[in-house]
Formats: sequence, structure tokens, C-alpha cells
Amino acid sequence: MESIATREAFGKALLELGHENNDVVVVGGDLNVSTFAHLFGHEFPDRFFDFGPAEQNIMSVAAGLASCGKIAVATTFAVFGTGRPFDQIRMQIAQPHANVKIVCSHAGLTVGEDGSSAQSIEDIGLMCTLPGFNVIIPSDGPEAAQAIKTAIETPGPFYIRTSRASSPIIHDKNYKFELGKAEVLHNGNDATILACGIMVSAALEAKDNLLKSGIDCSVINLSNLSPLDTETILNQANKTGAFVTAEEHYIRGGLNSLVSQLITSNHPIPIESVALTSYGESGESSELLEKYNLTAASIENAVQKVMQRKV
Amino acid sequence: MRNNNNQNVDLKKVSSDLRRDILMMITNVNSGHAGGSLSELEILITLYNSILNIDPQNPSDKKRDRFVLSKGHASPGMYAVLSHRGFFPRSDLGGFRKLGSHLQGHTHIGTPGVEMSAGSLGQGLSFGVGMALAEKIDKLKYNTFVLLGDGECEEGQIWEAAMSASHYNLSKLTAIVDRNKIQNDRFTDEVSSLEPLGNKWSSFGWSVIKCNGHNTKSLESSFKKAISDTTKPTVIIADTVKGKGVSFMENNPGFHGKAPTVEQLIAALHELKFSKKSVLEAGKQMNISDSLLSKISENY
Ligand SMILES: [Mg+2]
Repeated sequence: MESIATREAFGKALLELGHENNDVVVVGGDLNVSTFAHLFGHEFPDRFFDFGPAEQNIMSVAAGLASCGKIAVATTFAVFGTGRPFDQIRMQIAQPHANVKIVCSHAGLTVGEDGSSAQSIEDIGLMCTLPGFNVIIPSDGPEAAQAIKTAIETPGPFYIRTSRASSPIIHDKNYKFELGKAEVLHNGNDATILACGIMVSAALEAKDNLLKSGIDCSVINLSNLSPLDTETILNQANKTGAFVTAEEHYIRGGLNSLVSQLITSNHPIPIESVALTSYGESGESSELLEKYNLTAASIENAVQKVMQRKV
Repeated sequence: MRNNNNQNVDLKKVSSDLRRDILMMITNVNSGHAGGSLSELEILITLYNSILNIDPQNPSDKKRDRFVLSKGHASPGMYAVLSHRGFFPRSDLGGFRKLGSHLQGHTHIGTPGVEMSAGSLGQGLSFGVGMALAEKIDKLKYNTFVLLGDGECEEGQIWEAAMSASHYNLSKLTAIVDRNKIQNDRFTDEVSSLEPLGNKWSSFGWSVIKCNGHNTKSLESSFKKAISDTTKPTVIIADTVKGKGVSFMENNPGFHGKAPTVEQLIAALHELKFSKKSVLEAGKQMNISDSLLSKISENY
């Protein structure tokens, strides 16, 4: 299977968007090679501004640029671009509904060896608490590329979360990203796996393995976390009656919390979670995913468990 | 866009009238920041009457000069000046801090003429850097001004922005520090030593101008000097008095965020030499509540 890191797909798409639209400007924080924003920076030096690791400054400058009609893309690592400048994002981007696109890479455990301080496992929660913010966690390269294109074309604030590690390409050439929509990758009857980011390919793998033992699960790519596609999610709740959520994030505040909130107030069914329940540590990405149970096998176990809880 | 300067008005009279309006707006809702609104007033009056290239009828003109109030708590001063310049009707002022009004406690993007939502300190200079960078791209030749509090300069982000403004040679960016020497709790020097403040800015690559922040002539020439500096961003450190114009509020940390009582309001308006008739007339124009106006009527 072909693979690419979502951060790289983002950087290549951003370069193209820079050619298409002169209003696109990029602000970065000294990590531009890692975020792939440097591709844009080399091509458009007059529309690219590096501020060093001054993340508070970056977000406020982006808001100032946006107030003058620019489409400001602010990029750094997820761990630096959400928590530290949260106050700036809240007051200057979320509240005025500024045309700022925050694209953060190196999210989750798969930043790997840098250890727990660098592993952003709270960012989805932070960004989904902001009213009116679009939050997207692309599952693969093609989705990351189309998500940034959609963000540039859609006024208002966006958070797009990308990953350091390569992940399998699951979408073909005909794929079309839809803002605010949950993507049904497979329709089954026994349970529904709702996943985002790198956990989508793990969910597909789990689905294939479970089919061998006669269990047919729906797989939903829930890349659009805010706003949530309530219709598709509730249709699945009605259809399969059992959910497993899977995310490279802390169990609170992320995909599981968002789906659980929707389900408890509309159509209560059992839900099992595959997510982090603690901070991580240094190690290779694959070792970390194994140790912290973010694998296809964990999803399969959760499906078995949730099916026993079905009434 | 034409330069919409308002040169023929008597700025002394404007200062006095707007002090009255600010104090009445605050006592009207028994909340709001009087001290900083009075210390910044001549800075705003000078900018909005003599410096800024603005058209109140077209507040989103792309070529307009930008003014950002970073110390968003000093909103009564800003609202009084914006209304004086015709950005919105004077009758809106009585709605300050009231449910349904566009005049939020801290300046907010929904008010005509307000460029940035503020309230959490330290963010406005970076926002101004963004505006000045946009000017560099678009070459629209506007100037950007950002008003900071002195206590606000204790925020680290101010110095992130200061560093980036000189790095990008943003000579069309001017910061003004309302150096009133008082912050929320106490005198700034008791909280965190800001001095030598001018040296701090110059070491960050800024041109530094010091002036009397209550003298509109001194302010006007400082702004013109800042605009004519085409090599560096400029900071104007405006020496001001917190609570300026009302003896018992001047230099008194107690009036940073506390509203004057009705008795204090009346005493202040007497000091500013307003007649009862003119106070009641202004109150009516501003939509000040009947209950406050009747108290003034009985006790003035
Ligand atoms: Mg002060």
C-alpha cells in the first residue's frame, strides 16, 4: 500500500494553493521544514513569515493578517500551536471568527522519540471547545490535501491536525472531501467503528480481520470532528447499536467524548473506546502504538466487547 | 479615500466633553474602567482628529489607517471617541456593558471602528504586526497604531511582537504606551519594574519618542515624527496620569476598574465645570438610565 505523511501532503497542497490564490499567507514557528510549510516559503518568500518559537505572537499576527483580507495559515507542531497560544486563538481567532487556518503537525504519540512533552494528546479537546471552529483530522494524504484546500476556500477558523509518520493512502483519485460530513468507508450491521487520523487505517484493518470471523462492522472516517455530522452518526447508532471509537488522543475531550455526548442525549447505545488513558514516553512510533493499545487488535477487542454489551 | 481629519474642532472642549461622557457611561452601569480611559483620552482624541486617515462612513476601507486598542478594558474612552467621530450614534453610549448592546465591556469586533477583539492583555501589538505585514504585501500605504497599557508591557508577548516588528522593518507600525504608572492592583513599579522602559524598546530595535500624553500638540508632533520614520517601528511613551482630570481619581489605583458612585460622579462633573443642564442634556443624548439622571437632577 502506498503511504505518505499527512504533513507532507498538506505542504504540497499548500504550495499549489499559493499559486492559485495570492491572498494565502503563511506564518510559521521555526519548524517549517518539519511541517512542510517551507515548500510555500521558498516559492513565496513575500507571503511567508517565520517568527521563531513565539507561538502566541504567531496566532495574533495571523489574526491581524486575516483582518486585512489575508487567508492566514499558521503552522507549527500540535503541542506548541494549541495549548500555549490557546488564549490568542480564543480571543483573536475563534471569537471574531477570523479567517485563520491553524495547521499543526506532529500530533499524538507518533511524534515518537521526542517523548511525552512533544506528544500532543489534548489538542483535539482544546480546539473542539471553541465555538464555531472547524476541526479536521485527516486520515491520509489525499484527505489532508483536500482539507487544506477546503479550509482556504471556506471563510472562518479551521484547525487541521497532521501527523509526522507516514500512513497508508486509503482514498483513491475520485475521492472528494466534504466539510462537516462523516465518511462511511464500509457499511456493516454488527457494530460501528468511528475513527480519525491514523486510526482510520487501523479501523479498516480491524474490520477486515473481524469479517473473517463473521463480524461485519461499519467503518466511519470521522475526520470532521467539529461540527459533527450528527445525522450520519445517529443513523449508524440506529443501524448497528454498538460503537467503538478510535483516536490518537487522550480519552477525554476528543472523538470519544464528542460521540458519547451526542449518543447519550439522542440514542443511547454501548460505546467502547480505543484512546490514550495516560501520557506517553519516548520510543519508536510503532512501539508506542503497540504499548499504548492504539492498534487494529485493540479495536478488534473493543468490538468483541461492545457486541457483548448490546441489548 | 480622503484624509478625513477633523482639524477644526476645539480639542480642549472635546477632551472635557468626553471625560463627562466616559464617567456617565461607567456610573450608569456601575462598572467599567475609568482610570485608564481618562489617561488615554488625549492620545485617542489626537489620533482620531488629527492623525488617522479614516472615514467613519466607510470603516472597512482597505486603505484606512489602522488603530488597535490593545488595552481593551479602557473601552469607555474608545467608545466615547468613536462616537464623537461618528462611527456610531451617541445614543448607543448608554448601552455600554448592557445586555444586547454592541458596546461590550471590553472592545469587541462587533463595534463599528473597532479593529480587534481585546480584553486579554498583550495581544494587540502582534495583531498590529500582522496588519503592518499585510500593508507590506499590498502596498496600500496605511499606518498602523497600537495603544498599549504600561502594566500590559509586563506581558511577554509584547516583546515577541516588538522583536518581530523590528526584524521585519515595520516602520509603518507605531506603538503608544499609556504610561500612567498604575495597573490593576497597584503602581507598576511596585508590581514589576518597567524602567528603563525606553531603553527596553530601543534595544529591541525601535525608535523611541517620549511625550506629554495629555498635550495634544505634543502628541500630534510625536505621531508625525513616528510616521516620517521610514527605517524602524516607533514607540511613543506617553507620560500620562491615571484618572486625569478628576482630582480624587488622579494617580489613584482604586479607580483602575471601579466605577465612581453617583456622589463621586457629581463631584467629578462639578470639577469639570459642567452645569446641571448640560449634564442632563448629555445624559439624554447618550441614553443614560432615567434612574441615574433623576439622581443627578436631585443632587447636582
Ligand atoms: Mg497602567
